[in-house]
Amino acid sequence: MSEDTNTLTMDKPVEQSLLDTSVQELIGKPLDRIDGPAKVAGRATYAAEYGFDNLAYGFLVRAPFGFGDVDGLDTEAALALPDVIDVVSDVETFLRNSQQGGETKAPTQGVSRVDYFGQPLALVVAESYEAARDAAAAVRVRHSAGVGEWDFDGRLDEATTPPPSQIKPKTEQGDVEQGLTDAAFTIDATYATPSQNSAAMELHGSIATWDAEGKLTLYGALQMPASDRLQLADALGLKADQVRIVAKYVGGGFGSKLGIAPESVAAAVASKKLGRPVKVVMTRHQVFEATVRRSNTRQRVRLGADANGRLTTVSHENHVSNLPDEDYFEPVGVSTHFLYPGENRRVTHEQVVMNWTLAGSMRAPGEAVGMFAIEGAMDELAEQIGIDPVELRLRNEPEQDPEKKVPYSSRHLSQCLREGAERFGWSERSATPATRREGEWFVGMGVATATRTNMLQKSSARITLTPSGTALVETDMTDIGTGTYTILAQIAGELLGLPLDKVEVRLGDTDAPPGAGSGGSWGAGSSGTSVYLAAEQLRTQLAKAMDCDAEELTLKDGQAIARNHSRPLSELVGTGMSAVGTVRPGKAEKQSNQASYGAHFCEVRVNATTGEVRVSRWLSTVAAGRILNEKTARSQVIGGVTFGIGAALTEELVHDPRDGRIVNNDLAEYHVPVNADIPPLEVVFLPERDHWANPLHAKGLGELGISGAGAAVAAAIYNACGVRVRDFPITLDKLLPGLPPV
Amino acid sequence: MKSFAFAQADTPETAVAEGVAAGRFIAGGTNLIDLMKLQVETPAKLVDISRLDLSDIEESEDGGLLIGALVPNSDLAADPRVRERYPVLSRALLAGASGQLRNKATTGGNLLQRTRCYYFYDVDARCNKRVPGSGCDGREGFNRILAVLGTSEACIATHPSDMAVAMRALDAVVVTLGHDGDRRRIPLSDFYRLPGDTPHLETVLRPGELITHVALPAPPAGRSTYRKVRDRASYAFALVSVAATVAIEDGRISAAQLAFGGLGSQPWRDPAVEAALVGHAPGDAAFNAAADALLAEAKGFGHNDFKIPLARRTLIAVLRELTETEA
Repeated sequence: MSEDTNTLTMDKPVEQSLLDTSVQELIGKPLDRIDGPAKVAGRATYAAEYGFDNLAYGFLVRAPFGFGDVDGLDTEAALALPDVIDVVSDVETFLRNSQQGGETKAPTQGVSRVDYFGQPLALVVAESYEAARDAAAAVRVRHSAGVGEWDFDGRLDEATTPPPSQIKPKTEQGDVEQGLTDAAFTIDATYATPSQNSAAMELHGSIATWDAEGKLTLYGALQMPASDRLQLADALGLKADQVRIVAKYVGGGFGSKLGIAPESVAAAVASKKLGRPVKVVMTRHQVFEATVRRSNTRQRVRLGADANGRLTTVSHENHVSNLPDEDYFEPVGVSTHFLYPGENRRVTHEQVVMNWTLAGSMRAPGEAVGMFAIEGAMDELAEQIGIDPVELRLRNEPEQDPEKKVPYSSRHLSQCLREGAERFGWSERSATPATRREGEWFVGMGVATATRTNMLQKSSARITLTPSGTALVETDMTDIGTGTYTILAQIAGELLGLPLDKVEVRLGDTDAPPGAGSGGSWGAGSSGTSVYLAAEQLRTQLAKAMDCDAEELTLKDGQAIARNHSRPLSELVGTGMSAVGTVRPGKAEKQSNQASYGAHFCEVRVNATTGEVRVSRWLSTVAAGRILNEKTARSQVIGGVTFGIGAALTEELVHDPRDGRIVNNDLAEYHVPVNADIPPLEVVFLPERDHWANPLHAKGLGELGISGAGAAVAAAIYNACGVRVRDFPITLDKLLPGLPPV
Repeated sequence: MKSFAFAQADTPETAVAEGVAAGRFIAGGTNLIDLMKLQVETPAKLVDISRLDLSDIEESEDGGLLIGALVPNSDLAADPRVRERYPVLSRALLAGASGQLRNKATTGGNLLQRTRCYYFYDVDARCNKRVPGSGCDGREGFNRILAVLGTSEACIATHPSDMAVAMRALDAVVVTLGHDGDRRRIPLSDFYRLPGDTPHLETVLRPGELITHVALPAPPAGRSTYRKVRDRASYAFALVSVAATVAIEDGRISAAQLAFGGLGSQPWRDPAVEAALVGHAPGDAAFNAAADALLAEAKGFGHNDFKIPLARRTLIAVLRELTETEA
C-alpha cells in the first residue's frame, strides 16, 4: 500500500478551497455527532473506564497546609488498613504543578516543597478506590508550614513583568497620557475578575500500564496527546516513543486538560513500582485544588475618544497571578491589541506571585476576562458620550490592525452588530437605566463585541482508503465534546465523495500521526486542514488511477467520475491507498490579523427587592469563516455563552486569605450555571470565508462564545437597574446597596 | 470512606435496636454519603431504614396530615393534599436541591441535613461542629453563606433545609420512636438546638431514636408562600428564604406564621416577628416592625453582612404580596 504525504505551510492565503467544488454536500450541514449514539449508550470509553483484571486504585494525598516543607509522611496507619497495597511517593518525580498546554517539557516536579494548599504529595494504592481513599486520609503529613503569599490586593506593588508567552507582556505606542489629556471623552475604570475553574464534567484521571519492554501506556483525560506525551516522557525520564497516550473520549477540558496533571505521573510511577495497572481519578475537590485555575485579574482600562466618539487612546493595564517560578500569565489584553482603533495604545501585564493553585489556560484565555473590562469600558464611554453602545462600536471599526498595521484576514463585526441589533429588537432598549420595570423586576438590555484570535497549530492526519471503499481517518487529535469526530468525517467524506457512514474516524491515540490537540479554538482549522490535505493527496492518487487530472475528478457516493465514465472507489484503491496530510503555521499569521468576531445581545431581569439577576433573552451573531457543521458550531457558541453568563453572575473560586486554600472546592458552592439560569440562546452565523486562515476557510469558534459574553450581561444589568458593577461575579450582594429602598 | 457495618431494618423497632449503638440511619443518603466519603462523618454502622413501611401520607383526626418519614421530597411536594392545603410546604420542597436529589431525599432525612459551611466539609479545617473543641475557621474565614441569627462563639453555621423552614412555619411535630419503645412527639420548635458550646449536637434526638413521621396540624388560615433568594435559579442553597402564612380579618392581620432559612443556625422562627404583625393593619409600618423584630439580634461576620438588609427586603416583599399591600 502506498502512502504519500501532503504538507502545507500557511505562508499565504489559499484562494480556492476544494470544499467549494466538491459535491458530497456534507459541509456546513447541521449533522448529528457520529459519536453521539456511542456516548448515550455508554460505549464511548473515557480514560477512567478501561478495565484491567489486576487494576489497582490510587488516591492522592493532599498537603493540608498552604506553604512550607514536608518533613515526612507517617504511613503506618494507612498501610495497616485492609486492601492497602502501598503508599507511593517519589518526591523528586511527582508533579508539584500541572503543565501548561503545548509545552514539551515536564512541569514543575518535586513535592518536598509545598507551594499551595492541597498540593498532591503521595499516592495511596489499594485494591479498591474506597480503600485507597480511606487510607489516604490516614496518612499523616509531618510538615513545617510557613507563611505564603495569600493577599493578592496587598501585593500589587510587588508585581513583576513576566516573560513573553502567547503575547508580549507589555506593548506601547503613541502617547497614552497625552492622548487622554487631549481626549474629548475619557474613561478610567478598574475591573476585577476572580479565579475560576473550568469545571469540566469528566474528572481528571489516568490509568497507567507498562509493558515488558518498559513502554508506558497512559489512558488519560487529556486535550493534547502529542505534547502531553512529551511532557510525560520528560517527567519520567523516558524517550517519547516509550510513551503512548490514549484519549479517545474526553468529557470536557476547557483548557484544564491541555497539559498533564499530577495524577498522571503518580499513576505511572506507582504502576511501574507495583507491576500492575494503576488508576488514579481525582475527586472534584482535587480537580479544583490541584489542577489549574484561570487567574484572577485586576484591570485598569483607560479610553480616550474624540468629540465624534472615535477612540484615540486605548490603555489596558493588568495584574494577574501565578505560582512562584511559573511563567504563564493570563493574556488579558490579547484582543485589546487589535479590536479598536486609536493611535495611543498601551497593554501591560504584571504578575503577582501567589501561593495559589497553578494559573493556566481556561476557555478563551485573555478574552474571556479582558473583554469584560474593555467592553465594559466601551459601554461606559457610550453612556458618557450619549450615543448608543452599538453605534459607538460601529464608529470604531478600524481599517486595519492598529498596532501591526496589517489587514484583517476577515472581519464582519459591523455586520454582526447591525444584524444582531435588528434581530434582537435593540431599538426598544431605553438609553436611560432603570426605566423599564415589570412588577418587582427591572428589565434591561446589553451588548458587547466578541472576538477571539484565530490560531493554527501544526497538525497531521492519515487517511486510508480501504479496498472495500471506505475511509479511515487517524490522528491523535482529540474530541473533547466539540464535535471533532464529526467534522473530520465530514471533511474526509466531502473531499473523497463518501457518505458519512463510509468514513471512520479514530482519534486520541499517539500511535497515530500527531494532531493539533484541542485548545485555543484551533482544532477544526488545524486538524481539519490536515485531513483536507490528506484527502487532497488521495484525490491525486485516485485521479491517477482514473487516468485523469485531479481537477477533472468528481467524487460522489463512493464513485469516481471523470471523462464520462464512473468507477467505484473500491476498484480504484487496489490493496489500499493512504496519505498523510500535515499543516504548519507560516507567514500568513504575521501578514494578516486573524480573528473570529461576533456580537452578543442580552436581556436581563434584575429583582428590585433582592438583586437576583436572571438572563431572559440572548442572541449572538457570529462570523467565524466557513461553518463546518452548523449544529456542533451552534453548540460550541451556546456552551461558550453559558460560560460567559456563569462568569458574569456566579463563578468565583474563593481563596482563603489565611492559607490560600480554595474554600468552595465543589460544585455545590462553585456555582456554574444550571439549566434554569440559561434562557434559549439564539445563535446566528453570518456567511464568511477566510482565505488567510486555512484551505477550509474556517476560523476558530469554540472560545468565541465566552468572549465578551459576560460584558453583555454586565451592561444589561446596568441598563436594567442603574448599578454598574465592575467586579465579577455580579452577585446580588454587590447590587443591593444600589437598588431602591423597598 | 471508612469501613462500616451495615444492617437492614425490617421494622422501626429493629431499626432502633440496631441504631442505638453508634449506628446512623440511612434512607435517601443524599447528604450522609457525601459526608462519609469526605470522612466528615465516620459511622461505625449504617442502619438501612429505606424498606420500612413509612412512606404514606395519611389524614389525621385534627385535620392535619401524618407524613411518613420515608416519603420522598418529590412525592410530598406533589401530593394533592399538600399542594392544596400546605402550598408553602410544596413550594419550599420544590425550591430545594434538584429533581434527582428530591427523588431520593426523604422527609425525615431532610430535617437532619448538615450545614453547608465550607469549613465543616474540609477535614483539614477547624470546625467545632465536626470536631468539638477544634475551633471555628468560618467565623473569620469566608462566611458569605453562614448565619446571622442564633450563632455562638463556637459556630456560625446555617441549617440548609428549605423543607424544614416551611415545616417550622406550619408548626410541624416530629414523631419518633425511642429505643425504650417510647414514642415522642417533638414540636419542631423544640427539635433543633442552638449551637452554644456544643454545635455538634444539632437536635434533641437521643441515640437510636428514629423519626417515623412528621405531623402537620390543620392548615393555617390565610394565604401562604415560600420565597427563596439564591445565587442561581436552581440547585443553590438559600441566602435568605421566607416561609409565611398570613390571614387578614376586618382589615387587620389576624394570624401570621413566619419562618426563615439561610439566616439562622436552625430553621428560624421568632414569635416577636408574628407579634409585630398580628392585630395590626397590613402595611409598611407593621412590616418594618416585623423586620426590626426579626433582625434585632442579627450579627454579620463580614461577607454575610448583606443577609441582614436582604432579609428585611425579602420579608417586606413577601408580606406585601400576601396581604396585597402596595408600598
